[in-house]
Amino acid sequence: MSTIVETHDDHGHHGPAKGLTRWLFTTNHKDIGTLYLWFSFLMLFIGGSMAMVIRAELFEPGLQIVQPEFFNQMTTNHGLIMVFGVIMPAFVGLANWMVPMQIGAPDMALPRLNNLSFWLLPMAFGILISTLFMDAGGPNFGWTFYAPLSTTYAPDTVTFFIFSVHIMGASSILGSINIITTILNMRAPGMTLMKMPLFVWSWLITAYLLIAVMPVLAGTVTMMLMDIHFGTSFFNAAGGGDPVLFQHIFWFFGHPEVYIMILPAFGIVSHIIETFSRKPIFGYSSMVYAMTSIAILSFVVWAHHMFTVGMPLAGELFFMYSTMLIAIPTGVKVFNWVATMFKGSISFETPMLFAIAFVSLFTIGGFSGLMLAIVPADFQYHDTYFVVAHFHYVLVPGSLFGIIAGVYYWLPKWTGNMYDETLGKLHFWLSFFSVNLTFFPMHFVGLAGMPRRYPDYALQFADFNAIVSVGAFIFGFTQLLLLFIVIKAIRTGKKASDEVWEDTKDWGLEWTLDSPPPYHSFTVQPEVK
Amino acid sequence: MKSISRVTRKFLYALLFLVPIPAFTEPSDYNMPIGVTEVSKEIFDLHMLIMWICVWIGVVVFGVMFFSLIKYRKSTGAKAAKFDDHFWLEIFWTVAATVILVGMAIPSTTVMIKAYDDSEGDINIMITGYQWKWQYKYIEDDISFFSNLATSQEQIDNAFPKGEFYLTEVDEPMVIPINKRIRFLITGNDVIHSWWVPDFAVKQDAVPGFINTAWTKVPKPGIYRGACTELCGLKHAFMPIVVRAVEQEEYDAWVVEKIALAEAEKLLTEKIWTKAELIERGQGVYLKNCVACHQASGQGLPPVFPSLDGSEIVTGNKNRNIEILMEGVQGAAMQSFANQLSEVDIASVITYTRESWGNASTGDGEIVVPKDIVDYKNNVNL
Repeated sequence: MSTIVETHDDHGHHGPAKGLTRWLFTTNHKDIGTLYLWFSFLMLFIGGSMAMVIRAELFEPGLQIVQPEFFNQMTTNHGLIMVFGVIMPAFVGLANWMVPMQIGAPDMALPRLNNLSFWLLPMAFGILISTLFMDAGGPNFGWTFYAPLSTTYAPDTVTFFIFSVHIMGASSILGSINIITTILNMRAPGMTLMKMPLFVWSWLITAYLLIAVMPVLAGTVTMMLMDIHFGTSFFNAAGGGDPVLFQHIFWFFGHPEVYIMILPAFGIVSHIIETFSRKPIFGYSSMVYAMTSIAILSFVVWAHHMFTVGMPLAGELFFMYSTMLIAIPTGVKVFNWVATMFKGSISFETPMLFAIAFVSLFTIGGFSGLMLAIVPADFQYHDTYFVVAHFHYVLVPGSLFGIIAGVYYWLPKWTGNMYDETLGKLHFWLSFFSVNLTFFPMHFVGLAGMPRRYPDYALQFADFNAIVSVGAFIFGFTQLLLLFIVIKAIRTGKKASDEVWEDTKDWGLEWTLDSPPPYHSFTVQPEVK
Repeated sequence: MKSISRVTRKFLYALLFLVPIPAFTEPSDYNMPIGVTEVSKEIFDLHMLIMWICVWIGVVVFGVMFFSLIKYRKSTGAKAAKFDDHFWLEIFWTVAATVILVGMAIPSTTVMIKAYDDSEGDINIMITGYQWKWQYKYIEDDISFFSNLATSQEQIDNAFPKGEFYLTEVDEPMVIPINKRIRFLITGNDVIHSWWVPDFAVKQDAVPGFINTAWTKVPKPGIYRGACTELCGLKHAFMPIVVRAVEQEEYDAWVVEKIALAEAEKLLTEKIWTKAELIERGQGVYLKNCVACHQASGQGLPPVFPSLDGSEIVTGNKNRNIEILMEGVQGAAMQSFANQLSEVDIASVITYTRESWGNASTGDGEIVVPKDIVDYKNNVNL
């Protein structure tokens, strides 16, 4: 039907521009989504190579490959790139593609702003990565950049770092404004808030979190800038400031940031689990309330990252209790996913495999998170590899698997081509095996006493570190397979049907569109009953 | 928790995570150390309790999940049910989660209150974190010294085989008596460090400009090793902690000896020093305090740590040279050594750097004697 219309009426059809300008000047939500996703993919390999350097150095005790000053730059940039350059842009890319398609809109509400928020990112990361090639070296103070290591004692390139963080923040804020405006104003008639797909819900909440905390991060780095160049003493005790103030402000941004990096994944796996269990999500409204409570609670738990800085007893206890509270809505979400699978009709395509791994391994990260909330025990866990294991469990088999699951799930819809299911499964099993081989032993080595951010370590940690490094190399190289699978699907994949999966018409408006969908997703608003 | 034997537990860990059993024989190789103090033991029990609660929740949740995944496979012809909500089930698991959490919060609070006690100790020790060493100051006895990494650079660079206590050995450990309440007053000199001894379950950040407290009471003599756990720059991994807990008599003898040594050190300032003596002593001081940044070759690691070989300051006027060591360099990693090293040590290390590498031929050949440092101090104080 649509092909006939196109050949007869070229005026009504707004295709993309040709060549490079298509990508530079695009205001189309799909093109921008694609840009975000490829950018994130590129950053995954850059940040991943840094992880490979770290693991190669830690393969055995002693300094073999890099010196501590470069090692510290690697840990810092690995963290910054993975957080701000991989997970966040990938989610924004998915939002760009899916939010208009899931709410029945033609495009995002603010298309030019959309273009700007993407193109700010390559600038920000260009600046950040260029510092690695400067004489003074790149940022080396950890991705949490605690003052005064990041102010008085920082390399000169810290100013570039500050500028780069400002640009990333601007990009995120603009992107969030766009997403909120789109969701609140462009939903199809009949799609009330409580009928919105969970991915849209998760992004609505995430976007509010971003708008709330990105300015706080901007404030933090601005205070650093003032301390470094304009003689203020926000974080310098000698001038009447307080280094711990930095941590309070940073984590007031940082903890909501943690949920910014996981909430959209909650949305994605909810869709995948209902599709492949062929059963509607269990407890839709409690899923929405759980995400909302997680978001609200995220503002009152920040100091659980700082249990050892010297807080009053009442403070320690308050932050312990508030953190433990988060386990309730998180638990409810996990129970709901399991209840969705219960009495379903389950099949195990690649997206479902990643979603199941997400539910199990994210939960393991949740358990270690609960252990870390227990203040007295945290005295032993804090700043060891136990913490590294914890946040990698929620970020890699959590957020990253959520993203990969989403890519497998929607790629046939985006491109109109199916990916290679055999290779997809191979990619899953290799990733699943190696991600556990990498991150599970970190729990042990952390409990046994190995601190994080160490380029060299005592002999009793050697065996586990060797295992971890082997796992990391397998995981790293396995992701090249994902690149191959995506390219193969785009170039030579079998044609996918409009529904892609079985009976997906029930699971969202995006499946009512053609595969690939028209350039302006919904030119006529669909009616939601 | 106690009913599961050690062997079973070890086997389970190993089986679950594909770890070859013979590699890890001691629980402390893969689990939190039980430690020696009352607090550390309680924290260990708390840790195991919470962990086993998590494991059992995991068994139930994953049990239901894998049951569903196996039982309701589409390939075996499972038909999907239509339900998508159950009000009382939602209420049930929300309440159940809350009850479990309250159950965790109660013992945690009890242990926390016990661990958190900042009242005076029998012995009060001021701990100051420096880039990259620890200073221990015994407030009652007026003893003060630095504790540096004792592992040689050759071991780190893989030129020599690594010793048993690779990176966990220091030149001078903290010494404490057993069964006494020791209070630590912890602060930082430059950036934030964190003082951690796992066997005491003491981990407290050393924040410049602020003093944190922690305490311990060690019932058993022994050597306890720890590490810095807050990223503090280049040599973060190379500032370990060693605490030697001894019987009271041995501790008293140690105090007497330390005080006598300090007296002898003071006398050295009066002595007339020859150039050769200064260089010899200076080399030792250099290797202990300067080599981390400026390197054994004196070349430093430019641009962060400047080279001393051929440096204008080291080959030029000695007063400027003294000033740098006494005051440090604002906004750079170079710290003030005025309170870290004795007059003799400062004089000898300056002389050493002025007479080493290429500096002996390019410099002005002037040596620095302890009296120069004393004079500098007097002038500044005026």
